[in-house]
Amino acid sequence: MTSTVTSTVTSTAATGSVRTPDIRDIEQFLYREARFADEHDYDAWESLWTDDALYWVPAGADDSDPMTQMSVIHDNRNRISTRLKQLKTGRRHAQIPMSRLRRVVSNVEIIGTDGAETTVEANFVLVESRERGRELWAGRYTYRLRLVDGELRLAYKKVALVDNARVLPTLAFLI
Amino acid sequence: MTLADAPLPPPVDAPGRAGIPYQDLIRPLQVHGSLYTDPAIFADELAKIWYRTWVYVGHVSEIAEPNDYVRKNIGPQDVVMTRDAAGEVHLLLNRCAHRGNLVCEADSGNSSSFRCPYHGWTYRNTGEMVGYPLVQGYGGKKQFSLGLGRVPRVAVYQGFVFGSFAEEGPTLREHLGEAAGEIDRLVRLSPEGEIQISAGWLKHRARANWKLLAENETDGYHPQFVHSSIFTVAQSGIGALYGDRSTAVTRALGNGHSENDLRPEFRRIGAPLGWFGTTEARMPDYAAKMRSLHGAAAEEILIDGGPHVMIFPNLFIAEIQMFAIQPLAANLTVQHVTAVQLKGAPDMNRRMLQQCVGSVGPAGLLLADDTEMYERNQAGVAELRPEWLDVRRGAHREYVDERGLTVGGATDETGMRGFWAHYKQLMTEGRAS
Repeated sequence: MTSTVTSTVTSTAATGSVRTPDIRDIEQFLYREARFADEHDYDAWESLWTDDALYWVPAGADDSDPMTQMSVIHDNRNRISTRLKQLKTGRRHAQIPMSRLRRVVSNVEIIGTDGAETTVEANFVLVESRERGRELWAGRYTYRLRLVDGELRLAYKKVALVDNARVLPTLAFLI
Repeated sequence: MTLADAPLPPPVDAPGRAGIPYQDLIRPLQVHGSLYTDPAIFADELAKIWYRTWVYVGHVSEIAEPNDYVRKNIGPQDVVMTRDAAGEVHLLLNRCAHRGNLVCEADSGNSSSFRCPYHGWTYRNTGEMVGYPLVQGYGGKKQFSLGLGRVPRVAVYQGFVFGSFAEEGPTLREHLGEAAGEIDRLVRLSPEGEIQISAGWLKHRARANWKLLAENETDGYHPQFVHSSIFTVAQSGIGALYGDRSTAVTRALGNGHSENDLRPEFRRIGAPLGWFGTTEARMPDYAAKMRSLHGAAAEEILIDGGPHVMIFPNLFIAEIQMFAIQPLAANLTVQHVTAVQLKGAPDMNRRMLQQCVGSVGPAGLLLADDTEMYERNQAGVAELRPEWLDVRRGAHREYVDERGLTVGGATDETGMRGFWAHYKQLMTEGRAS
């Protein structure tokens, strides 16, 4: 396992200044986040998030207003923690046994930078295998990544499912 | 009279598979496994239940303005719910009278007419034909009038729109019976006496028979098992409502409807808005509006909260959220779910929506696990033995209340027995005995 690899971005000890993360730093972070999710490494996945995190899977459209419209997931930091604690009870039946998951994250684009925060988008395709069937999930991720103490952290992740206006199967894993 | 007004061929009389012995498959305390798995029984249910009794379709707030429309369903039927220019609500079948194409592809919109994209036949949003193009091919204009199919009976109760494919039968009010009061309890939570369905719907697939969902909705026995994970980590008080010592009751409301009446517990605790996991101090605007509107009666309304009622065959209201159950096959069902929004209560609505999003739908901290149970149940019930499912829980301790309704304990299967009694009646009535 390589989960001990950190996402520290090179800094110069002399000045303490931190260089802007480049596309390789970002990709490595995204792949790591995807692997933690695929492998149900809940603690490692949770440690990637900032304290003000938002994890959002819109429903009906990619940009429906989550304050007035239903979402598939609309988790603030507290609810992310609740979701993970529930998974860790061993009694989250919709994940017993856990889904076998592998996703490909691709077409990674840096959309913009605002202070310490970088907005990144990427496409993904994910295969889920469970006893009663296989599901294909796909969509576009939007991430806001922030440098916190020289390390990349996840402040925001939006998952725009291509199927978000359709009938969806249960989604009890981390997407 | 145009053909648009002509009744549909009565699917009520569709035979299904002749001779399915429902009277034997449904016993007072047991039901047969084939009721969940047999495609012929599913076909029979479409004819005798879904294309016959009153089925919840939508809410008037989803078509608030003249000429608004929204696509809905009655089982596998694609139904367009429209409001015409005069304000009347119609339920139209999404099928062109020419070649059977879909006339409405959008999920919702505003239009006074629907034009079939295939050959241009056009219909008013009342279902009547406007016309067809290239009129010479028919010997001129208005040579005939073929309308869209329609659900012949449409009725609205407190803004809830129901449709029945049967030309005649009990009125909606008769069908709802004692369940009407539970809808009243929901709308009473709004300071303006109306709910709004404005948050959009999640559509959650269950590879399971629709009856497993309908039965589960007021099954107070399962929460402490299926939902123990979230009750533990969220320190929720919901589990205790369905415990052995709970004073809550399960009530069969007649006509297949049932409820978990949690008021005895909420009244015992006596905390306004405790039912909603919050306090009056945190919802001051709402509480003040309700107290000024209802005076002394507000205390009880704020303590009692909303209903937890399953209205046969497809509407489930669970305090802050609403489900519409859509059967598609013996082993396939879609749960449509949205947050209830109370007109005139923005502070409540924000919280209701976020709580609902956390609980329901494909990723819901509650409903993902319910749905897992539905699917495992569907797999299990296909096993050949022991053939029967057991619904005896609490039969020995239920009683008839002052309204003449059967009442069981918080964890009893009284609601299921009421469901099956009504189901059996619908599936057997009208047949030669």
